[in-house]
Order: sequence, then C-alpha cells, then structure tokens
Amino acid sequence: MKEDPGYYDYWPYENRPKIEWPNGARLAFWVAPNIEFYELDPPANPFRKAWPQPYPAIPGYGIRDYGNRVGHRRQMHTLERYGIRGSISLSTALCDHHPEIIAECAERNWEFFSHGIYNTRYAYGMSVEQEAEYIRDSMETIKKHTGQNCAGLLATALSHSDYTLDLFAEIGTELAGDDAGFYTCDLFHDDQPTPLKLRGGKRFVSMPYSLEMNDTIAYVVNKIEPRRYGENLKACFDRLYAEGEQSGTVMCIPTHNYQVSCPHRLKAFEEALEYITGHSDVWVTTAREVAAYYRDNYYDAAVSAIAQSNGEAAA
Amino acid sequence: MSLPDEYMQYPHRSYGMDHDRYDWSLLGDRKPVSWPGGAKLALWVNVSLQFFPLNQQGKPFPPPGGMTMPYPDLRHFTLRDYGNRVGIYRILNALDRYNVKATFAINGQLAERTPTLVQRIAERGDEILGHGWNMDSLHYGGMDPDEEQKLVQRSLNALRDATGQPVRGWLSPARNESEQTPELLAQDGIDYFCDWVNDDMPYPFRTANGELTSLPLSTELEDRFVVLNNQHSEQSWCEQLCDACDMLLDEAESQGGRILALSLHPWLIGQPHRIGKLEAALEYITSKAGIWSAGASEIVDTWREQQT
Repeated sequence: MKEDPGYYDYWPYENRPKIEWPNGARLAFWVAPNIEFYELDPPANPFRKAWPQPYPAIPGYGIRDYGNRVGHRRQMHTLERYGIRGSISLSTALCDHHPEIIAECAERNWEFFSHGIYNTRYAYGMSVEQEAEYIRDSMETIKKHTGQNCAGLLATALSHSDYTLDLFAEIGTELAGDDAGFYTCDLFHDDQPTPLKLRGGKRFVSMPYSLEMNDTIAYVVNKIEPRRYGENLKACFDRLYAEGEQSGTVMCIPTHNYQVSCPHRLKAFEEALEYITGHSDVWVTTAREVAAYYRDNYYDAAVSAIAQSNGEAAA
Repeated sequence: MSLPDEYMQYPHRSYGMDHDRYDWSLLGDRKPVSWPGGAKLALWVNVSLQFFPLNQQGKPFPPPGGMTMPYPDLRHFTLRDYGNRVGIYRILNALDRYNVKATFAINGQLAERTPTLVQRIAERGDEILGHGWNMDSLHYGGMDPDEEQKLVQRSLNALRDATGQPVRGWLSPARNESEQTPELLAQDGIDYFCDWVNDDMPYPFRTANGELTSLPLSTELEDRFVVLNNQHSEQSWCEQLCDACDMLLDEAESQGGRILALSLHPWLIGQPHRIGKLEAALEYITSKAGIWSAGASEIVDTWREQQT
C-alpha cells in the first residue's frame, strides 16, 4: 500500500494558465445521472457488504429499482427542458436488463461512460486480471449497445485498486486508441480538469465530478433537506461562475434517479437547473466533450505549468 | 489475491429484473389510471400503531424507533408508548378536521395490550392492516419458516378477532421480509402489501400461493424517516410533503392518477410541537383540486378494475 496514490503533483489554485471554454464560456456545466443496477442477491465480497439486511434486503433494493422504474423518466425529461444532455455513469448490465432506458438516452445523444457492470460488485479483492475483465466488459458493452467508445470511468461502486485507472486507460487504448479511456471521475482534488500521471503516460484527464454536489452524498450521507440541496447547487454555481472569469471552471451535478427524482425533491433540483442554465456564459455539455477539449487545448500547458511550479518549489 | 470465479459471473444478466417476483415496467409506459370523480391524486395516509418491547432482542437488527440504551431503556419504551396513549388522538383529530381518511397498520399484540385503542379505530370504520406481532418480531431472511408462519397467523388472527375486519393489507415491521413472507401473506388471506417501495403506483407481485398487489408505502416521505433519520426540521417535512403533492399532481395531468402515500407514527408526529406541521400539510394538500382521500383497499380495488 502507498502513502499517496501518485496520480498528480501539488498545484495551487492560483496563477494557472487560463482556460477558456468554447464561445467564451466561463463555466462548463455537466450533469452525471448515475443509472445503476443493484442486484437483489449479489455474490459476497469479503471486503464490503452489499446490503445491511440478510437476503432479501428489500428496502435498499426497492428504492434503487424505483429509480429505474419511476425516477429515470422524470429526470430525463427535466434535463431535456433545460437543454442538458446527461453524461451517464452506467451500470452496464442495465443494457441487458432495461434496454428501453438505454435506447431513449441514446436517442437524445447522451453520453454513456463506465460505472462497472453492477453496482453491487466491488473491485476489492479482485486480481488485476479480474479487474481488467470487468472494465473491459463494461466498455465493450457500452460500445455494443450504443456504438459509443467509452471515454470515462467512475469505478464500480467507487471501489478501486492501485491499478484501476491504469487498466482503464490501457484497455481504452486497445479498444479505440485515444478515443476511449481518457478521463476519470474518481478523484475529487480540484474544480478544474487536471492531467493525471498513469503507467504508460497516456494523456488522461481527471474530471471534476463533485462528491459534495452528489445527491446521494447530500441526501443519504449529509442528510440535507431538498430545498437546501437546491440552494447548495446554486451557491456552488455562483462561486465557480465568478471564478471562471479568471480561468474556466467545471461544475458537475452527479445524480441518482432514486434520489433527485423523488416527488419531494425534483422541484429543488429543477429550480437549480433553471438558474444555472439561465446564465449566458455557461457551456452546457457532457464530460467527454469537456475532457477532450481540455486534453486538446490545455493539457500540455498544464503539465508544463505543474512541472515548473514544483521545480520552483524544489529549487 | 483474487475473488472466486462466481464473483465474475452474472447469471441474471438478461432482460427484466434479476428475480421473478414482478415484471420490469417503466411507470410512464403503463396505461393511465383514473380515480373516482376525475381526481388526479389519491391521498393515502397510513398510521402505524406499534408496540416496542422493553426486552428487545433486535434480531436480526434493532427495529427503527426501538430501544437503544441498556435494559431497561425506559425513555424509549415510554416515548413510544406515548404514541398509543396521546399522539394517536391528536392525529385522529387532525384527520377529522381536514376530512382525511386513513388506514391503520397495527401490531397484533396491541389487540391484547390496548384493546380500547384498537376498538376505537375499528369503530371509526377505518381500514386496518396487519403490521406483524410487534416491532421486535421482525420477518427476516433465514428465519425459521414455521416460526414465521405462526407469527403471520397470530398477528392477523389477533386483529381479525378484535375488529371483525377481513384485514386484506399488510405492512411488515421495518418493511423487512424473509424469502417466503409474500407466500405466507397470500396463504393467510392478505391480497395487498406495502413493503416493496419501488414504485409510485400498485403493481402485480408473484408468490407461490397466488398473486399479491404491491402497494408501495413511501419511506422517503415518512415522518420517522425525514424527522428522525434525516434530522430535518418539522417545517422542512411539511414543505417536502407540499412539494411532493405539487409534483405528483402535475405528473397526473399528463400520465393519469397518482398516489401520495403518507406514512405516520403517532409517537413521532403526535408530539405537541410536531402535530401542527401535519395539520399544515393536510390543509395544503386538501386545499388542492383533484385530491381523492382514500383507504388502501379502495385504491387497490380501483386500480385493479382498470388493469384488464
């Protein structure tokens, strides 16, 4: 085990090369609906329990099923009203279980990226070969069902090993060169995209995904009120939008159909979307588009600036 | 290091659910449902009347709202008992004031412990649902099937004997079940149950002893979940109910009848500082056009008639 994952060097949030998003936008805004499948009776993992109750754990299973049966359409239509295309963090088994959902998102030109196969399977305890197998399976499944090269990863149930990101980048290269496996949502160290140092040196981007704005973290872990969640989203936006005048920022709202689409919560979410998309200098986009734009325009400058910053510190 | 081969296999990775209890179905794809009188939103209030034993065993887990302190946890025992002595009568007044019908899910043991209360509910003519024996007699995976069968029978018999009602509906304590709970319920004359909170509308649920109707009783809007579990203010709970009412009414305009399922606990919302927020929510909801205040059986029957 390592003291530090080693993916990035320290880089202060001041005096960075200026990022300008397309059409002079100051803030790139994306929404990441997590569309997940939780198994009622998953195989046991020695390091993490899937459910708190003995089988059948219907409270946790039920509300997540609610997300797909009821919540999905509500969120999809809400995002559509504000011209937002979702960047879906997908349990790829959903392509088999609920192809209707995949079809209607694909029809809307939404992005699909890998969030593993089932959200009740964890990387803990897997061999490197097993982890590579699940990552490859998930990326190939997205390709098969949507035609998209999978650009991004949010590891299955946010479970990682020391090799997760290397494997994802390398399998992406095998499958589609630089068009697949070039960003991750797993790291929360910054409000701007940053280059990551991976085995093999692929140009690979860490996308700000925001655990703090994640509805499940807000509602289940921090247990905040729906209207307060809406206020937090607006406050987060206001600050990043203001800072974006200096250098472009990214705001992501990670959502779950079983949280944000509940009848008592949808209104607060919708009001925040209306507020955010009502500003002129916002690039309403997808994760892939931001990561690719950053990689093509700012990646190399960032790598140099980080090296310089740390060189100066060492000198 | 590696995991067993089984961990990398996906035997249920195919169309539909990963079990055979019910079919996969997007709510928006179903035939719209009409409520009586052209109503848009059925308001279903369920009040759970519960007994939390002082000598809690907590098997396989302590029930929500149960004892938390070393024996004898007098504070929680009496605070829960308060609901059946005091809080429930405040709720009955609030329901009557806004002319709202409710159902009552009752632990079978209360028929023995508080027959006056059970009679009072029965005399109102309100529907009674089975709610297990007490809050420390959970139905859970791996429990002895014979023991569970007796538990279901004892719970239902106590309510049926005390009230003369058929008792068609069921809500498991903590909404927890074993592998065979649905079979046992179907076998014992239950025809709808409320434990699986995976939809906003009823849907058919398979058991080896015939079909049940699943009528989800929302956990996310429940007084206990919002105020005790989430630690939200009573005012916020009231706002959440109002926002849910607005959203569901709006959805019903284009998709057909919806249900606002409100789960209440007298030991929680029946406190003097909280009851006013229930009243405020009921006032708001009943002021809207298109509300149908209904019992669970009425909702289930109306829905079933339209499923052919």
